[in-house]
Amino acid sequence: MSEVAEAGPSSLRGARLRVSAALWRRPWLKVAALLALPVAAFAVVYLGALFSLFISSLWQVDSFTGKVVHTWSLDNFSTLIHDPIYRRIALRTIGIAALVTVTDAILAFPLAYFMARFAPPRWRAFLFVLVLLPLWSSYLVRIYAWRLILAKDGALNWALNGIGLPDANLAYTNKAMWIVFSYVWLPFMVLPVYAALERIPQSYLEASQDLGARGWRTFRTVILPLSLPGLVAGSIFTFSLTLGDFITPALVGGTDSQFIGNVVHNFVGISGNVPFAAAFATVPVIVMAIYLIIAKRLGAFEAL
Amino acid sequence: MDTRAARIGFGIATALVIAFLWIPILIIMAYAFNGSVLQTWPIQNLTLHWFHEAWIDEEARAALWLSVKVGLFATAVALVLGTAASFAISRFRFFGREGISFLLLLPLALPGIITGMALSSFDTWAGIRLSVLTIVIGHATFCVVVVYNNVLARLRRTSPSIVEASMDLGADGWQTFRFVIWPVISTALVAGGLLAFALSFDEVIVTTFTAGAQITLPIWILDNIERGQQLPIVNAVVFVVILLTVIPVVIAQRLTRDSGVLTGR
Repeated sequence: MSEVAEAGPSSLRGARLRVSAALWRRPWLKVAALLALPVAAFAVVYLGALFSLFISSLWQVDSFTGKVVHTWSLDNFSTLIHDPIYRRIALRTIGIAALVTVTDAILAFPLAYFMARFAPPRWRAFLFVLVLLPLWSSYLVRIYAWRLILAKDGALNWALNGIGLPDANLAYTNKAMWIVFSYVWLPFMVLPVYAALERIPQSYLEASQDLGARGWRTFRTVILPLSLPGLVAGSIFTFSLTLGDFITPALVGGTDSQFIGNVVHNFVGISGNVPFAAAFATVPVIVMAIYLIIAKRLGAFEAL
Repeated sequence: MDTRAARIGFGIATALVIAFLWIPILIIMAYAFNGSVLQTWPIQNLTLHWFHEAWIDEEARAALWLSVKVGLFATAVALVLGTAASFAISRFRFFGREGISFLLLLPLALPGIITGMALSSFDTWAGIRLSVLTIVIGHATFCVVVVYNNVLARLRRTSPSIVEASMDLGADGWQTFRFVIWPVISTALVAGGLLAFALSFDEVIVTTFTAGAQITLPIWILDNIERGQQLPIVNAVVFVVILLTVIPVVIAQRLTRDSGVLTGR
């Protein structure tokens, strides 16, 4: 009797121990078990989706029936290259993405520098949260806020009129897009720049000063090169996120503010021309691929 | 650069940039209490009326419920896949390891429109009807990364020898997991889950491509803003959305205070 009662749990424990030992001796089995699900899911869904995107960019839409026809050609891409409208939209998207990236770098640097070098620890933690919360609070809401602020009867004109200046007339312009993009992505630049600056040892700055470099010279020859990986890491976010956006142009842009994203969105949603949308969507992918290769050269991935 | 002038100069610049980050958020939160139906500044009279209107609005309620449901499902998927992947990547060295971690990061590195567009063409291609499931799949692709990063950061800071010690002391795999690994990763899981939920709850770009006729809360907000309809109710909803996305982040920040996982480092 007592033997049977003991054998139950102990054999269960024995089995568990044997399984554990078997897995311990064969780590590849453990890796396979752990990775099977995530890798299968990503390979099928995500890579499969990217692949189907690429494939469908080579298809056409029948202009009569509006149905997708599976004939292979590069017509979508030749339209993209030769039609000045799409070239203009692509250049506008890339241009504003670049401008936003530079603006964010300029705005983020002093804040990150103050956090890393001057702020006492308690302040530093507080500033960190002040940067982090806007990053995570709803992105759609923050764009909407600017739509109200920039409106004719909005807070900006009220403030300008209050100090005796005329209305700014920024609502629904490309300038408005520039401001709003710079605003929504700013925290993405602050955090990696801060991380890079924090890692610069104080002794480097002292050494530079001992060798006779004044403030500006130390900044230009020591601090800036060492913070470059952080700036590039931040720019990956600001550039990529602007490149793929269509909400900001739709909410604060004007009639001449279409982005690649808006065209893609309209072609999918309104005219149902998925092949052409897919072809246009490959433009940001190619631009980002080139950008990431350059970023890797500049050492941005170590700073992420 | 450590002169007094530099300190003051950088201090003023910091104050201005922080003000730039926060003033729009404070303004949009103030609009929720706007007594007028016109969205002008300054606000003339205050009211709580729109919160009541938003609460009894059937469409807003349905959209909120859908967003919560999608967020919970996407978070659950992300927790399972993200945790499994982070264990494999942190504990073992094998062929294709770099490739897999790159694959998981891809949905964050590529613009959201690519993910959305790719998933929508995949669905058309495979003949999958757009539904709650396709939204959840879309959200899960980028939620996995958040959990993965959080758990990975935690595992990197814990020594693998504690697992060996536990085995040496006679614990089997389950006991090691329950009494050694679980206490180490549990807060990272909660933090990662909260962040994944916040990300999903607020997502709009991928959703527009994978939702079909379904209306999540951000889509409901976007539709109404674009049409200029029921803006006072939108403002009240937006106030709640800000709180719902910020509170999980504050909790996650407290749970992972020393590891800096929120920054993706």
